[in-house]
Amino acid sequence: MVPFNILVAVCLIYVGILFLVAWAAERRAARGSARWLRSPMVYTLSLSIYCTAWTFYGAVGYAARSGLEFLTIYLGPSLVMVGWWWLVRKLVRIGRTQRVTSIADLISSRYGKSNFLGVIVTLIAVVAATPYIALQLQSVTLSFAVFASGTPEGWAMPGQGATALWVAGGLAIFTILFGTRNLDANERHHGVVMAIALEAVVKLVALLAVGIFVVWGVAGSWAEVFARIDASPIADWPLKPARWIGLTMVSAAAVVTLPRMFQVMVVENSDERHLATASWAFPLYLLLMSLFVVPIAVVGLSVLPAGANPDLFVLTLPLAFDQGKLAMLAFLGGFSSATSMVIVAAIALATMVSNHVIVPLWLAFREGGARAPGDVRGLVLTSRRVSIAGILALGYTYYSLSGGSAALAAIGLIAFVGVAQILPAMLGAVFWRGATGRGAAMGLVTGFLVWIYTLYLPSFGEEGLLSHAVLTEGPWGVSWLRPQALFGSEALDPLLHAVFWSLGLNSLAFLAGSLLTFPTPLERLQGLAFVNVFDQAQGQGGWSRGGVEAEDLLAMSQGILGAEEAQEFFRAEAAGQGRVGFLPDTTPDFIERLERRLAGSVGSATAHAMIAQFAVGAAVSAQDLMAVASEAQQIMEYSAQLEAKSEELARTARQLRDANEKLTEISVQKDAFLSQISHELRTPMTSIRAFSEILMDEDLPPEMRRKYAGIIQDEAIRLTGLLNDLLDLSVLENRKVQLNIRAANLHDLIDRALQAAGSTRPERSFLIHRDIAAEHQPVITDTDRLVQVFINLISNARKYCDAERPELTIKVRRKGSRIEIDFIDNGAGIPKKSQGLIFEKFARLTDTSRAGGAGLGLAICREIMVNLGGSVAYLPGQGGAAFRVTLPVRKSVEQAA
Amino acid sequence: MSRKPRPLFLERQNYRRRRMADAARILPLLGFVLVLVPILWLPAQTETPDTVRGSIYLFAIWFLLIAAAFVLSRTLRDEDDPRGPEDEG
Repeated sequence: MVPFNILVAVCLIYVGILFLVAWAAERRAARGSARWLRSPMVYTLSLSIYCTAWTFYGAVGYAARSGLEFLTIYLGPSLVMVGWWWLVRKLVRIGRTQRVTSIADLISSRYGKSNFLGVIVTLIAVVAATPYIALQLQSVTLSFAVFASGTPEGWAMPGQGATALWVAGGLAIFTILFGTRNLDANERHHGVVMAIALEAVVKLVALLAVGIFVVWGVAGSWAEVFARIDASPIADWPLKPARWIGLTMVSAAAVVTLPRMFQVMVVENSDERHLATASWAFPLYLLLMSLFVVPIAVVGLSVLPAGANPDLFVLTLPLAFDQGKLAMLAFLGGFSSATSMVIVAAIALATMVSNHVIVPLWLAFREGGARAPGDVRGLVLTSRRVSIAGILALGYTYYSLSGGSAALAAIGLIAFVGVAQILPAMLGAVFWRGATGRGAAMGLVTGFLVWIYTLYLPSFGEEGLLSHAVLTEGPWGVSWLRPQALFGSEALDPLLHAVFWSLGLNSLAFLAGSLLTFPTPLERLQGLAFVNVFDQAQGQGGWSRGGVEAEDLLAMSQGILGAEEAQEFFRAEAAGQGRVGFLPDTTPDFIERLERRLAGSVGSATAHAMIAQFAVGAAVSAQDLMAVASEAQQIMEYSAQLEAKSEELARTARQLRDANEKLTEISVQKDAFLSQISHELRTPMTSIRAFSEILMDEDLPPEMRRKYAGIIQDEAIRLTGLLNDLLDLSVLENRKVQLNIRAANLHDLIDRALQAAGSTRPERSFLIHRDIAAEHQPVITDTDRLVQVFINLISNARKYCDAERPELTIKVRRKGSRIEIDFIDNGAGIPKKSQGLIFEKFARLTDTSRAGGAGLGLAICREIMVNLGGSVAYLPGQGGAAFRVTLPVRKSVEQAA
Repeated sequence: MSRKPRPLFLERQNYRRRRMADAARILPLLGFVLVLVPILWLPAQTETPDTVRGSIYLFAIWFLLIAAAFVLSRTLRDEDDPRGPEDEG
């Protein structure tokens, strides 16, 4: 026996190590060196969350009660993994190409991105997982009680309910910390995966250690163990053929439909080739976990007093032989099994609840729908955190209501049968193009209701939710509706009875529904993409060319992916189309890719709904599908090639036209500028000439003379300023400028610029938003030149921002070795057609506002930034005019020279 | 969209790989049948206790399945399958 406080300390230290491992893994992943984190072995070990406390403690109890039947629970999944080439490989490929975030997302995405299906699957998963989580809490609590009983010294052991509450709370915190740290585009959690891989090793080592101790330490040898097995009551276990087949199949179904298994197997998979390793390594893991189960059960039955709970033999056997350290290891193994299952299950369920229930509801009730800009990202993260806490609270409530009495194995199997209801819809999704969403919904609802009625409700016992009368005589005395003997099928045992009827009626409804209903175009498209996922030639996406504005899409995506990621994605897409800037052409391809990217964060149904708000009428029609499915394959391919070519030509032509327009406009502006510059030069020259002629008159009084000389001087200064600007620009353009490189604090530079720019239209009061903490960055550059750029941008904002209450936001962000400074005002912004032009020389948007210079300001800014090794660009979609200055932290020496 | 016509017959190496994929498909079915074999023995109805024999049998076929999967995965892992579905040969 170990004092309770030492036990708590060991647990805390162990959890602390898990924290460190998870934290280190996240850090390494953030730095990009995640390769070893994502090795095939780590992947295989993460799959081991299949083995929960139900395996660790429960398998021995199961063996003590029903002999070798417990092996079916591990043989089924082994067969699935050995047969990875059939199903798992396809699931993983689909998960990667469609950026699936959960099993609910898979079903919803395949059947026309229907959120209704997502909700059903989420509901099934939550209802099935709640008792399972309760079971984990129960096992941890029980093992605490076994360990700490009868120790007067140290802390008093709190009640079991309190222990369970502490465990649930701690797990919620751990899961929230590492499971919702970021909204990753691929929904991957490096830290969590690493931590559960470590827990997988701990539980395997612990069980093997106990097994080795039992075989060689207690019994002496395998021969002795065999003799004891044949002599023990276990040898008389009856093999029921129906249960043997049924349990093998149910556990095989569960390994792909359990939300937590789907999470680690498909969503967290980073490389398809890891499956090849897992195909043999995971069955090997299961084999090792099962190897010593029967010996432990047999020895436990013969050594421990009659009436000892066989579910806890793993713990009580070492204790009975005074092996404290071994018992501690076994305790940690059980602790690991329970915690890793709860963590991953909570993450998987929270993703489903937030993507399929909370976010759609929020979008539906918010004014303006997806068009209203907003921080969807923050909402999603918050809703996931709340969901995690909620799911653990549900598990705890179930635990305290059920009193934690039922044998471990029963609860686990009930959950297995529950999630197995997803199997028909899933197999149909992956292998049958004719499966329809309505068929899937009918099957899922039927299976779910039958499961609830025949297995879930009766599991609460006769004092539970169904009365004794209903169980034995059927509702309202209708005997053929008895929950455990539907239509008089009394020959089957209750579990198998439920498997038979729920899965049977489920499949029947699914098949009939699919055969009789007609799928929507989107369903047919997704069906093609899922079933033929290994074909290279993919069907076109669900969008035809519509009048979508890239700027609107960018504004929306920023709310979901975060500003930086969205801008990076749009820029990469634009670059792929051969365009500069942040706004690509809204081709169907691009919209398809954007939708998948968003789906990786908020699920396919929500992503589709959000994009649909912008692309009204652009969704694909049945006619488009027919075109794709045309019989004349040859003609199709040929015309597709032609189309692709002509599209490419059209794009090139458009680029040329863009360039040409720009050139024409520049040329026009240049003419205008030339006449303007002549005008600008002539006006001062004329007055200089006129006044100097007057000065030649010798009779002029001295004060007049002084006044005229002053005018001449002012005009000469104006002239020189203009010429200086022109000279400056030509020097900058020829890269012959002398840079004065110094170290400075960016914050001070922005201060200087704000002060200097304050003299522009001083009558306007500006509200300035700054992030002072982020601004404190050291830069090594030509500070005067940089400040010149800042002054220009700020003055421009002061001059042109037309908002009633003008505001200017300055954001500073460090990105690797570069710093980005954004200047964003809240005015009308710059119209799209002018965005490409503003950095050209002589450009000025309004002829009327002759607020300053000759339209050289931004051109000079651009040249300065090029000289400093950075850039300045217009940033669309920020709700005003926005400029981004990018500069290297350190101006390299050879560039400076 | 364009797809080259596939050859009707393959050279030796690819042919072998296709057959390995076939084997990977057959393996779980074979395993399932082997797992069902103990049903035929009806333990607890025989005269001599045979739980030990049953467990040795189950663990043995389990291990053989793992070994076979290991061998197959070596061949199939490197195939990233650039040729589309490989169900014909």
